[in-house]
Amino acid sequence: MTNLLLSIDAGTIDWSRAQFALTAIYHWLFVPLTLGLAVIMGIAETLYYKKRTDFWKKTAQFWQRLFGVNFAMGVATGIILEFEFGTNWSNYSWFVGDIFGAPLAVEGIVAFFMESTFVAVMFFGWKKVSAGFHLTSTWLTGLGATISAWWILVANAWMQYPVGCTFNPDTMRNEMTSFFDVALSPFAIDKFFHTVISSWIIGAVFVIAVSCWYLLQKRHICLAVQSIKIAVVVGLFAALGAGATGHKSGQTIAKVQPMKLAAMEALYEGGNEMGLKIVEGIEIPYGLSLMATNTLDGYVPGIDNLLNGYITADGKVEPSAEEKIQRGKLAIQALADYRKAKAENADEATLDALLATLNRNYEYFGYGYVKDRNDLVPSVPINFWAFRAMVGLGCLFILFFGLVFILIFDIPFISMVFRRLLSAFGLLPETASDQTTPADAIPNWLCWTAVLMVPLAYIASESGWLVAEFGRQPWTIQDMLPTWAAVSDLQSSSVMITFFLFLILFTTMLAVEISILIKQIKKGPEL
Amino acid sequence: MTYTFLQHYWCFIVSLLGALLVFLLFVQGANSIIFSLGETAQERRLLINSTGRKWEFTFTTLVTFGGAFFASYPLFYSTSFGGAYWLWMLILFSFVLQAVSYEFQNKLGNFLGATTFQCFLVFNGIVGPLLLGGAVATFFEGSNFIVEKNNLIDIYALTPVISRWANASHGLDALLNPWVLVLGLAVLFLARTLGLLYLRNNVADEAILQRSHKHLMINAGIFVLLFVVYLVHLLTKDGYAWDDSGLIFIEPYKYLHNAIDMWYLTIVLLIGVVLVLWGIASDLFRDCKCGIWFAGIGTVLTVTPLLLLSAWNHTAYYPSTADLQSSLTLENSCSSYFTLNTMFFVSLLVPFVLAYIVYAWRKIDSKKIDQAEIANDSHAY
Repeated sequence: MTNLLLSIDAGTIDWSRAQFALTAIYHWLFVPLTLGLAVIMGIAETLYYKKRTDFWKKTAQFWQRLFGVNFAMGVATGIILEFEFGTNWSNYSWFVGDIFGAPLAVEGIVAFFMESTFVAVMFFGWKKVSAGFHLTSTWLTGLGATISAWWILVANAWMQYPVGCTFNPDTMRNEMTSFFDVALSPFAIDKFFHTVISSWIIGAVFVIAVSCWYLLQKRHICLAVQSIKIAVVVGLFAALGAGATGHKSGQTIAKVQPMKLAAMEALYEGGNEMGLKIVEGIEIPYGLSLMATNTLDGYVPGIDNLLNGYITADGKVEPSAEEKIQRGKLAIQALADYRKAKAENADEATLDALLATLNRNYEYFGYGYVKDRNDLVPSVPINFWAFRAMVGLGCLFILFFGLVFILIFDIPFISMVFRRLLSAFGLLPETASDQTTPADAIPNWLCWTAVLMVPLAYIASESGWLVAEFGRQPWTIQDMLPTWAAVSDLQSSSVMITFFLFLILFTTMLAVEISILIKQIKKGPEL
Repeated sequence: MTYTFLQHYWCFIVSLLGALLVFLLFVQGANSIIFSLGETAQERRLLINSTGRKWEFTFTTLVTFGGAFFASYPLFYSTSFGGAYWLWMLILFSFVLQAVSYEFQNKLGNFLGATTFQCFLVFNGIVGPLLLGGAVATFFEGSNFIVEKNNLIDIYALTPVISRWANASHGLDALLNPWVLVLGLAVLFLARTLGLLYLRNNVADEAILQRSHKHLMINAGIFVLLFVVYLVHLLTKDGYAWDDSGLIFIEPYKYLHNAIDMWYLTIVLLIGVVLVLWGIASDLFRDCKCGIWFAGIGTVLTVTPLLLLSAWNHTAYYPSTADLQSSLTLENSCSSYFTLNTMFFVSLLVPFVLAYIVYAWRKIDSKKIDQAEIANDSHAY
């Protein structure tokens, strides 16, 4: 088995990974803003539908205009991702296409058409359709984007936690056995809620930042205040929701991807009553055990335990990496022998014996392609710091939204207490400590903070994906297919050229988009 | 439902999506001639705003076509996309350029200028249909690939990859086949013909209408010539057939045999051709401005059976010129029974989807687009 896979150029694997990461990271710059703005502009237009005032119509149209600029880039970067499964991960496409292709097809039929049809009505239908139909179109645009997120996250969740399938040695691929197990896997549900809800944070931060900039400029005060009120409710709900769903995701990862959790925590030697590191040397006692197992003394394995083998809390012996690699090789050899025997019309007993060996070891099939056990460890620094960036910034958003909420909504007693506290620290003029107008509710330093929150929101969001994807390495599909067995047979130079083509293209277009957004924001709504 | 039925059913769905995509390439066709049709900046903006209200349908159909192919025939996805890398990357690259070009070109802050994005639209307008047509031609002409599933488990294999291209050009070699170019150019000129018919139906501008009439005659003429030449070639060429044991072999006049054996497809194809010709002629000679509907429906009725001729009736739909037995058939490349069956129920949503698209389209197109509308529309491209 030692010669296996030597003919694949390591550069092809690295460039293919880099290209997929590039397109995914760029795609994720635009999608969360689409999902988040869809909710906020939907609420604004609903208010227009109820109140029928020109103010709410122009407010909805303003956010829709910014939505449109961002939406185009999301669409452009998304198409590459879908086709890259085929272009760059050819073996993957066949080996799991029977399962993985279905969510993509459903996404196209159910979500993309809804999104693309009604977004046209939303943009061009103001004077052509009734207010009710237009409002419906606006919400259906957001719903289409959210349903799209559901199906692509189902596909991604399946890569992290493959369920609802069985391996067919005759077709040499995994085949679906339960659509509902795939579509409703606990991993997919956690991932969907965590991802979509956290996307709303970006939408809310963006709207609050733009609105605060208007407050600083003393322009469009009414639009700014009303938009902040909508966005802060969405943002606070999303930030708290992201925390709750993130906790649930952590527990699922602890069960199905313990190596990812160990890398996130830079935990080499696990045990019971494990603390959660804030940074190296500072930790919350019992925090990791609580996060992973919901108990203070729960056992959490470290990287070394996972490589050397350990005994789980329920007494099950988890094999060492060497044993998994050995069993993976047994599975691959049994499969090769089975196919050879079948081609030579061997008797049933021989075939059954080979199949039994394959099935007994198939759980570790992907490990058969692993040459060095250290390849099984994902990048610890990336996972460790990306996780901290995500969680730390998530906590910051809760504080930020909470503070803005309290200041913008004049909550009896609570708002006054907070204003006085801020005033005592010199963060609010004394004159504004007891009572203030909505236009003055957010002090200048908080307005600038809101503007600074925009890049932080993107860092948090991208960090979440870094944890999800780097933490899964070296697998394209957990325990089933490592990246070097999933890749297409291409020259690394070809992939390198397309990588730089897309890098230049996406970066240029991102620069154009930011430039347009800034101009549109400076121009402001047509009130 | 039997496995064979589902294989054929999904082939029909993918072919229908492919045919709808060819019809919707009218967006690209119209974009490819914006500089000829629109002499002033305002006229070009009018043209772009006209196609700009439909581009997402084309884009979405392309994505769904890819998704449906992935779900139903994953070995094709793995073989064609992973092998003909450059061909597909060029197609995708052109569509990425198109996706941003509408929204960005006339917005404040676009430091690349409107002309840059209009050139992107022209690039996509030519490269998209030409290469997609070329890709479709490989269903009949064959491609240079090898499939060996044991590669993944064979320690002595040259490569662990199941599907690989047998030369280093990764798909660009298809463009060296003149028949691939003929069909590619036929699709390009069909897209331009449909684009012109669409603009004549959708735009209220006398100067553009006059110019489009002249362009329609030229583009439709070239399309008809190329299409007839390719059809004659197709019906007289050897094809790739397979027998019940799965053995693939060359059969003389295979596609002619298919056209005779599946006479119902031939009838639909002929009705489609007549409708396309009627659509063109009615606009050219009767100035009815409704040719897009005849030609559009005709395109779908022509392309769907044409694609089915490449796959049904024991035909290898993605033939390999490097290794005959590597050729892909509905049987050896499709998803499992369970997946095709599950997806069957999803596909029942297609008529519902088509219904709301038609409804929304009619609402948006209730009035022809003119320069005054663009001037008063804050979201105009």
